[in-house]
Amino acid sequence: MSGGAAMGNDPGFTWPDDDISRVPYQVYTDAEIYAREQENVFQGPTWNFLCLEAELANPGDYKTTYIGEAPIIVTRDEDGGFNGLVNRCAHKGAMVCYTPRGNTRHLTCVYHNWSYDLRGNLAAVAFSKGVGGQGGLAGDFKKAEHGLQRLRIETYRGLIFGSFSNATPAFVDYMGPELLASIDRVLIKPLKVLGYHSQMLPNNWKLYAENTRDSYHASLLHVFHNTFGIVRPNMGGGVQISANGWHHRSYAERVPAGDAEIDKEQVRSLKDQYSLEDPSLMQHVEELGDTVTNSIQTVFPSLVIQQILNALAVRQLVPRGPDRSELFWTILGFEDDDEALLELRLKANNLVGPAGFVSMEDGCAGGLVQRGAAADRLARTVMPMGGRAIEPSVGSRVTEAAVRGFWKGWRECMGI
Amino acid sequence: MHGDMTGLAGDQTLRLRLEALFTDYVHVIDGDQLEDWPEFFTDNGRYRITTRENFERGLPLSVIYCDGQGMMRDRISAMRKANVFDPQTYCHTTSAVQVLGHEDGETQVQSNFTVIRTMNDGAMSVFACGRYLDRISENAGALKFAERIVVIDSRRIDTLLVIPL
Repeated sequence: MSGGAAMGNDPGFTWPDDDISRVPYQVYTDAEIYAREQENVFQGPTWNFLCLEAELANPGDYKTTYIGEAPIIVTRDEDGGFNGLVNRCAHKGAMVCYTPRGNTRHLTCVYHNWSYDLRGNLAAVAFSKGVGGQGGLAGDFKKAEHGLQRLRIETYRGLIFGSFSNATPAFVDYMGPELLASIDRVLIKPLKVLGYHSQMLPNNWKLYAENTRDSYHASLLHVFHNTFGIVRPNMGGGVQISANGWHHRSYAERVPAGDAEIDKEQVRSLKDQYSLEDPSLMQHVEELGDTVTNSIQTVFPSLVIQQILNALAVRQLVPRGPDRSELFWTILGFEDDDEALLELRLKANNLVGPAGFVSMEDGCAGGLVQRGAAADRLARTVMPMGGRAIEPSVGSRVTEAAVRGFWKGWRECMGI
Repeated sequence: MHGDMTGLAGDQTLRLRLEALFTDYVHVIDGDQLEDWPEFFTDNGRYRITTRENFERGLPLSVIYCDGQGMMRDRISAMRKANVFDPQTYCHTTSAVQVLGHEDGETQVQSNFTVIRTMNDGAMSVFACGRYLDRISENAGALKFAERIVVIDSRRIDTLLVIPL
């Protein structure tokens, strides 16, 4: 395990000053910075979402995923414990597991048949004693020293997180009480996966990380949002930010009003009288004990926990090079959903995902910045909305405070 | 419908009619006449796009799910008036039409498709390929989709999906 912040190669880069409201474009484009992020952010003192407990229901179940560029296997062992293993054979570095999921007793590398148990211990090496008395492993080879690299693992409310670093605080301390409570608010019951898809984003991963923390854009870029009253600037809500700035939650709640008024807002545009012919996808059963219509929470660096009406999901962000990233959507319901609630969720999911009425633009906006940034890597963005500090906001979501918080976290991990 | 479609002559007539339906469908989409797209469905017809992974594992999630023509028209009006995306066009190629059977006045058909997407800047890519799984019925002399499930082979969608497949 690596030791956390500021251990990487020199990226040849320093932040120009202490101003986190101005981001140099080169952080989105430079290969050296990207390489250093692998070690210092993704393999640094951070908790990275791996998968759900519900996806590994039985002993022997496994799933493959990524932390940054690093391929990871998550297993459930014979005792029911979860294990996070780097998916790289100790022998030659081949990926041990190349299928996305399954159930197995051993993880066996196809290249030379080195075989590991579900905890990553090297159990067997092919021809370890040679053939016909000839060959075999070197006398000083110790199997105990050549297991799969193990991650630290923590679970919270059905989510499984992994960390490469011993410096990462316990998950509850990592999040802080306020943002832990907002996870508790959404993940109230045993989860059920309704489906998966992923979205290839034509931009650096940090542009999407910023986008999810940018509550300023929601009612501007996503015209549909504003039009149909899921998020409007004049709705109640706010932005919560963890004490260290790393994580956030932005939420909007339906302002109490007469039913007729709400019904009207759901199907009519304030801008151009644009109406939905079939508003059934906007129905909302208030199942979480409040009137919140939209709650977007981040867990630094790469997870989003989403509630939009009854559309629940986790989104995992995986970098695919300096100028590309892949967003893995796992769409959720609860185990005890009845048919009507399931149908409601399936319809509400028209709002999100790569074809989502209110989220498809996020796939496009980052690409616009990426193309703009390429022209001048030393120029800087400016994000003055809501001041220059990292302050939570009650009532208003027109702020870039959580984006500034992300950059504080990123700089702390990177040591720059 | 299948009452008229028995025997070799009926089978050949059905195939010609299906081919015409699928041809008209792709030209409406590729020709950007999307306001006509819902008309290929029965009033309460269903259209959904799902991934092969979700479909084969019995997971109910869709990438797009329209239950009835109203939701289809909403898709198109949102695309025209609300959603933001780089201008793009599709070119569909369809093939391998196979009649799977007849039941309750509907014909079940599967076929393959490939969509090449061309962006405003000229970039072209294979955007999607997979299978159409259709239930087709005859209304007032015209064939309509009671259901069209689009099963895309890849779970990964490049940037965004706004034009129907």
